[in-house]
Amino acid sequence: MARHITTQRKILVTGGAWLAAFIIFFPVLWMFLTSFKSELDAFSQPPSFLFFEWTTENYATVLERSDYFRFALNSVWLSLGSTALGLLVAVPAAWGMAFSPTKHTRGTLLWMLSTKMMPPVGVLIPIYLIFRDWGLLDTRFGLICILFLMNLPIIIWMLYTYFKDIPMDILEAARMDGATLGKEILYVLMPMAIPGIASTVLLNIILSWNEAFWTLNLTTIDAAPLTAFIASYSSPEGLFWAKLSAASTMAIAPIIILGWFSQKQLVRGLTFGAVK
Amino acid sequence: MGRIVLEKVSKYFGDVLVIPSIDLEVEDGDFVVFVGPSGCGKSTLLRLIAGLEDTSGGRILIDDVDVVAEPPAKRGLSMVFQSYALYPHMTVRNNIAFGLKMAGMDKASIDKKVNHAAKILDLGSYIDRRPGQLSGGQRQRVAIGRAIVREPKAFLFDEPLSNLDAALRVQMRLEISDLHNELKTTMIYVTHDQVEAMTLADKIVVLNAGNVEQFGSPLDLYNSPRNKFVAGFIGSPKMNFIEGKHAEKYKVPTVGIRPEHLGINTKQSVGAWIAKVGIAEHLGSDTFLYVDAEDIGQLTVRVSGELNVSHGDIVYLTPDETRLHRFDGDGMTITAAK
Amino acid sequence: MATKQTKTLATFMVAPSVIMLFLWMIVPLCMTIYFSTLRYNLLDPGNEAFVGLENYIYFLTDPDFFTALGNTLILVGSVLFITVVGGVLLAILLDQPFFGQGIARLMVIAPFFVMPTVSALIWKNLLMNPVSGFFAYLAKLVGVEPIDWLGDHALLSIIILVAWQWLPFATLILLTAVGSLDGERKEAAEMDGAGPISLFYYIILPHLARAITVVILIETIFLLSIFAEIFVTTGGGPGLDTTNIAFLVYSQALLQFDIGGASAGGIVAVILANIVAIFLVRMVGKNLDA
Repeated sequence: MARHITTQRKILVTGGAWLAAFIIFFPVLWMFLTSFKSELDAFSQPPSFLFFEWTTENYATVLERSDYFRFALNSVWLSLGSTALGLLVAVPAAWGMAFSPTKHTRGTLLWMLSTKMMPPVGVLIPIYLIFRDWGLLDTRFGLICILFLMNLPIIIWMLYTYFKDIPMDILEAARMDGATLGKEILYVLMPMAIPGIASTVLLNIILSWNEAFWTLNLTTIDAAPLTAFIASYSSPEGLFWAKLSAASTMAIAPIIILGWFSQKQLVRGLTFGAVK
Repeated sequence: MGRIVLEKVSKYFGDVLVIPSIDLEVEDGDFVVFVGPSGCGKSTLLRLIAGLEDTSGGRILIDDVDVVAEPPAKRGLSMVFQSYALYPHMTVRNNIAFGLKMAGMDKASIDKKVNHAAKILDLGSYIDRRPGQLSGGQRQRVAIGRAIVREPKAFLFDEPLSNLDAALRVQMRLEISDLHNELKTTMIYVTHDQVEAMTLADKIVVLNAGNVEQFGSPLDLYNSPRNKFVAGFIGSPKMNFIEGKHAEKYKVPTVGIRPEHLGINTKQSVGAWIAKVGIAEHLGSDTFLYVDAEDIGQLTVRVSGELNVSHGDIVYLTPDETRLHRFDGDGMTITAAK
Repeated sequence: MATKQTKTLATFMVAPSVIMLFLWMIVPLCMTIYFSTLRYNLLDPGNEAFVGLENYIYFLTDPDFFTALGNTLILVGSVLFITVVGGVLLAILLDQPFFGQGIARLMVIAPFFVMPTVSALIWKNLLMNPVSGFFAYLAKLVGVEPIDWLGDHALLSIIILVAWQWLPFATLILLTAVGSLDGERKEAAEMDGAGPISLFYYIILPHLARAITVVILIETIFLLSIFAEIFVTTGGGPGLDTTNIAFLVYSQALLQFDIGGASAGGIVAVILANIVAIFLVRMVGKNLDA
């Protein structure tokens, strides 16, 4: 602690930072408060901040809607399914590129990255038509595949940067010890890379959970996740602000919590290792 | 058994030829050290024997069986890595047991072997800790334990002591020596430190640019180096090389004389070469002088015990003629002249 | 540095990913290019015909395209400006030690994890509604007429909404970059007599240059395809006020069923994105060597 910080300055910074943080966080906070109001209080002008009649009735109403759980379940399915599929394909690929690089590895990695740059509208039409013709529209399986492919470059990249940090010697020691490739990955590489794999999984869950281009365009009811459920509030149920808020709170809470836990690792994943 | 024979082994990395062609025979039970400057190919050679790299040509025979096509695990060798390469997520016990588990050995036999290895290496007090909680020397012991428990045909050591501090290095050196005396298993040991090579080896392989410069016992290399490279590499401080007027006296382009084979006289005019002392290092047991000799240039002189000279003094040097090394224009030792 | 066996194995391990990504991107892209040269409407099946570049000419001469292109550029430009400037300031502010630093940081980052449809509806209803929204209350508080945000200033509203979503992203990344600035370098500059302004200008900003570039490039790629926010709030309106290229392509394809025209639009969007992508890929590539 070489730098001396005066108390006065610290108080000033504290005030400024908390003000900024409060303003930025306010919409989320306001939504949270509104979710506990009656519909009438939600509309009242001037609005009531804390001194309204707190009620959990909105949550009860939303949960009673028979379809809420189906949407939520779809969200869980889509994010876990695409993540599991992603790991299954990406772990071997990242192993190959990190520990047995060839002169093509660099190019392959950059090409994978570039597929992520493709705007979805560029391929919306063929994907939509393929889905229509193959009966994949509004199916969980179809959407899991899309989300898996969409995030695959990010998963491979993140795992690649984490695997790169693991000394080659240790894998070679395992080879000398007689481990086959499968055992080398399962017993040596994966346990050592657990922190990296965990944050990769978290980022992928967050991205899949919040994905709102393909989920809106390729689903209607059966496979629709929470993004689509919330979108249905845009009309005409948009009139029920308190219920909208309650549904939204439930839809984002798990992800905000996951996101908070993994904020440091996210930077690495989101910037493809360009900022550490 | 552990007889390792290399026949015309060569290695390319891409288009770069790092090992042109090496022939070598390591007898069962020998302690052989590969030594050479960094980039000489000594680690690559070890990795070729281990099977961690493919050979580009030639054969590697272990107990008369060609193993070039075999994966590392099938060669029956153990390796101790420079970084120790312990599995950080496993306890010491599991680190040592991993190879045996991979081989599908039953638990009782594994326990027996691990305990035996732990006793030999005195690992008992930290057998249930993880590598992260151990000191450098302890990790080194675990790495060796992992190697011996598999009862290999030969041990491969890749600069195992280079990450330890000086005092520990000396101690581990002795322990490895003890281990070899006890197990009598073939050991191949890579280092760039010629002191380690001299003290540990039954036989030393001096490598330079992927070629074997000389293969022989430590004292062989010290007393009769085959060429200028080996002469300069083995021995500390380095051998002095003298060219020009003073070499012509011996009718060769270059002569070499080790610092300890130069006689020194501080009295008037007795000696072949006149030199002025630059730096004098007084170690107590020895005195090292870095002197500037007339018509020769920089020379290093080693004197046993204490010698009272200091910067700027004039000294007179006489080479021990029986210890003089003569080199031809290609740097090869001329033996006939002796 | 491995044996041939390991290398062969590695190739087999990488192959599935490469093949799948190839099928996922290149094949549909080729189909899009193919469709873009056809007269192809889902409402008029069986009448597909090759029309060459007609769809492109139609799409690129359509005034709607220029409106959408303009909206896209304004949206991307404004959001980039707000998030980068705001992100730098916030990053420097939050990097200082203060009471409750951890919690304040979490609050700032939170909006990034809110799903786009939720953000859009919260802003549309709870905040920007001209009658009962929170902003209307603030306006009345200071005695001005409440603004009908999404009615009268639709594009501005979308910009504010999207900037709010992406400000945490910029802050998070720049905060990481600020954190990696060597404290001794700051101290050395202070010893040399640098005040806070010159410290910022000569030491902090150059250090952040790289992270700022990364933020700009990555945000651009995502911002070019902003969709859900518009879909949920304005539906591209009023008129075409908030229609960007992504939304225009969507409405041509899935609302007007004009596959040919929409495909041409999709290809235009791909070209736009690739101009940015080239720079990003190059930068990441350089980093890969380092």
